Amino acid sequence: MYSFEYERPKGISEAVGAVGEDDKFLAGGQSFLPTLKLRLAQVDKLVDLGSIAELKGITVSGNEVSIGAMTTHATVASSADVKSSIPALAHLAAHIGDAQVRNRGTIGGSIANNDPAADYPSALVALGATVHTNNRTIAAEDFFVDLFETALEEGELITKVTFPIAEKAGYAKFPNPASRFALVGVFVAKTASGVRVAVTGAGPSVFRQGDMEAALDSNFSPDAVKGIKTDASGLNSDIHASAEYRAHLISVMASRAVAAAS
Amino acid sequence: MTSVSMTVNGKSVTADVAPNTLLVQFIRENLRLTGTHVGCDTSQCGACTVHVNGDSVKSCTMLAVQADGAEVTTIEGLANGADLHPMQEAFKENHGLQCGFCTPGMIMSAVDLVKRNPNPSEETIRKELEGNICRCTGYHNIVKSVKQASENMGG
Amino acid sequence: MILSAFVAIAPEHKLRVIAPDVGGGFGSKIFVYAEETTTIWAAKRVGRPIKWTADRSEAFLTDAHGRDHATHAEMAFDADGHILGFRVSTKANMGAYLSTFASAVPTYLYATLLNGQYKMPCIYAEVMAGFTNTTPVDAYRGAGRPEATYVVERMMERAARDMNMDPTELRMKNFISPDAYPYETPVIMTYDSGDYPLTMNTAKKMIDYDGFQARKAESASRGKLRGIGSAAYIEACGIAPSAAVGSLGAGVGLWESAEVRFNPTGSVTVFTGSHSHGQGHETTFAQLIADKLGVPFDQVEVVHGDTTKVPFGMGTYGSRSLAVGGSAIVKAADKIVEKAKKIAAHLMEASADDIEHSHGVFSIAGTDKQMTIGEIAFAAYVPHNYPEDLEPGLAENAFYDPLNFTFPAGTHIAEVEIDPDTGIVDIVDWAAADDFGNIINPMIVEGQVHGGVAQGIGQALLEGVVYDDTSGQLLTGSYMDYCMPRADDLPSFKVEATNTPCPSNPLGVKGCGEAGAIAAPAALMNAITDALGKEIDMPATPEKVWQAAQSA
Repeated sequence: MYSFEYERPKGISEAVGAVGEDDKFLAGGQSFLPTLKLRLAQVDKLVDLGSIAELKGITVSGNEVSIGAMTTHATVASSADVKSSIPALAHLAAHIGDAQVRNRGTIGGSIANNDPAADYPSALVALGATVHTNNRTIAAEDFFVDLFETALEEGELITKVTFPIAEKAGYAKFPNPASRFALVGVFVAKTASGVRVAVTGAGPSVFRQGDMEAALDSNFSPDAVKGIKTDASGLNSDIHASAEYRAHLISVMASRAVAAAS
Repeated sequence: MTSVSMTVNGKSVTADVAPNTLLVQFIRENLRLTGTHVGCDTSQCGACTVHVNGDSVKSCTMLAVQADGAEVTTIEGLANGADLHPMQEAFKENHGLQCGFCTPGMIMSAVDLVKRNPNPSEETIRKELEGNICRCTGYHNIVKSVKQASENMGG
Repeated sequence: MILSAFVAIAPEHKLRVIAPDVGGGFGSKIFVYAEETTTIWAAKRVGRPIKWTADRSEAFLTDAHGRDHATHAEMAFDADGHILGFRVSTKANMGAYLSTFASAVPTYLYATLLNGQYKMPCIYAEVMAGFTNTTPVDAYRGAGRPEATYVVERMMERAARDMNMDPTELRMKNFISPDAYPYETPVIMTYDSGDYPLTMNTAKKMIDYDGFQARKAESASRGKLRGIGSAAYIEACGIAPSAAVGSLGAGVGLWESAEVRFNPTGSVTVFTGSHSHGQGHETTFAQLIADKLGVPFDQVEVVHGDTTKVPFGMGTYGSRSLAVGGSAIVKAADKIVEKAKKIAAHLMEASADDIEHSHGVFSIAGTDKQMTIGEIAFAAYVPHNYPEDLEPGLAENAFYDPLNFTFPAGTHIAEVEIDPDTGIVDIVDWAAADDFGNIINPMIVEGQVHGGVAQGIGQALLEGVVYDDTSGQLLTGSYMDYCMPRADDLPSFKVEATNTPCPSNPLGVKGCGEAGAIAAPAALMNAITDALGKEIDMPATPEKVWQAAQSA
């Protein structure tokens, strides 16, 4: 890694004040440290969010689950609150990376990075979540812009993500056999305002599958989406999976997500 | 240089480190605890697994400074004097290691796995060890070892 | 030796090589790598110690690759399914430079095993080895024999399906009979001993082969494709008779050395030219001494991996450590017994011819007068009452050159269930019935089978080096892209051993380190292609399997 300075502030405003132009926040580090190790990125200063208590924690109130940005995947996966209100979200978190990664990786770090193969973006978009920063709130579907690109501005800090509790939700993931990232992941949510189907892993960034949403709106069953195809052009292609194969897997995973929805 | 203090295997340590020092480098090079191994560059293999505040983490994907104030346990900290930890004992009894390179990380992961799943099935063991690669054993005896250890650890 | 002889850095007796805890090898650490020679040269140049550590990315780029063959093969059968002939043409990639054993692997270690376990009247094999842009390709666990088994056993299974015969029946028809040894094949090798029908029947019973059709129907009822596939493998290891490899152009002999040294207080140090990097030699070699000489197991120390302590050894590969290294130890132990008898005779006032030995106890035949080897060892180092014409001390060394290769053989059967919607292959059962001759430590042998099978499954299902077609860049440069088997990719294995002792070494052992990796790819691909009803190449990635399942 190139060298950098390091600070560990105790509060949000201190953190926001500490981060300058060529600096970055450090959350769990499970994506960013590998990037720094391979010298694919370089920073002047890392501002470690690990000591900011207000950024951690899960609360449920009314019809909403609130997850602090620095909450680890392991915590979300094992949270009784999440398991009872949005079980699919706990299921998704339980399958991110591996056990060691889940003990450090955070929801805030994951969505700020917007890796095309990350799991969380599909959950946020399907559930219609809201990203809260130190400055404003951003709706999930406005948050994920493109490959490794979000709507966050320079120095803006995610504080928490709020999820409306869905009627039913399910997540099914086909992992890349080597890296275990999502080759294709589909999150399906049935909410008061209709069904949403969000796909991660297959394209440069998370996207909604409108045809499947329409089909599920009238018939929320696995068979309703099994035969619905996704256009392969624009989907990712690499040595592990062609675009055509990913397109096919979207149908399969969507169907399984619906079958698993609770 | 940044000052970092932590407890490692029950002992307090303090040192000045460059912020870009990985926890695994600190453990191996500063503390000379070479039981923790580096097996890859991409955070896949798990040979570097240690416990930080009781949870298994990949020490190659953590900065030493992130562990400031934490309790760290490495493989050297598992045994109680001459008495092996039940997990170590089980690996020994069941031929759960061959070359031994992955073993410290595997054992640290397994101890955490059993803490969270006191009575794990074979399927659970295999799933929970997906962050640890072994090239020698084919995992068969590793699974056997973890199963036996979980029984001896009160599962 | 190679370093000094060929790289002219230092005379042989001035070079010291120390290799203590080595984390696995599987072949790739045998070779002379440029970094090793450069480091030593640099140390000499600057007169200081130099440390070199490769990282994993560098290892992906430069560690020798393995098994890059493209083969076209034809097998002829008569109307009853007996093999008439076998014709094989192979192109083997050597990489950009010739690595240490590279050209021997797809030739001497491959074509000579194309006979498999069968009676083959004639075999024609041609191999063209070529240079390409890739990293050098050299021996890796099995070194030529996985490739040979793959060709033979895929052909047999394919032929059986084409002829509408059960694949295990076709094999049975063609097996070399258990009373036909020594059996000379058309491709140089003389098989030593074996019972192939026994290992096949054992494997079939272990996996409940006869119940497969019912299980297949049950899988189908859940929309899954179930397949079963066998591999009846044989390999040549216990490498190797020096005369044989010399006649093939090798520049070295392939003996092994050992010293067995009694310490005055009765403990034993064994110095072996074999190197242990996970195979448990420290345990097995100590067992040899404990069994033969009656020394308590924890009083035996095994020393390896330091050329000041063990000057000569030809290395650990080719499943040779017990067959060759262990035999050298046994020969040294035999010399110990011979000398001990003379000392015992003197101390018990008898003739050496009347001394009998069993497990470290020396007795006068027909009487109850006896002494232990511990007492004899002490006497040898404190020779107050001692034969005049005998040197003090009780330490002997021996070199052992094998008389023949050894020929472990067996049958592995794999059963898979495929999800046609995703192409994911679930290995639901695995039976390994192996004949390794005599076995010294069953737990270690099983561990070798587990590990070998896991690597073979990796080759068939998950692993593959990929270079970009246009730029020549290595695309699988880390574990993110090179898919290593994890615990949840594999089942637990059923492993059993049969035994036809090896007639060509004192231990009757055949070796077991590579067998799993040799049998597994063929067994698994036979199972997968059985489930699909179509041919596909390794690795059977989910996309490939899914594509094949579509048009099945």
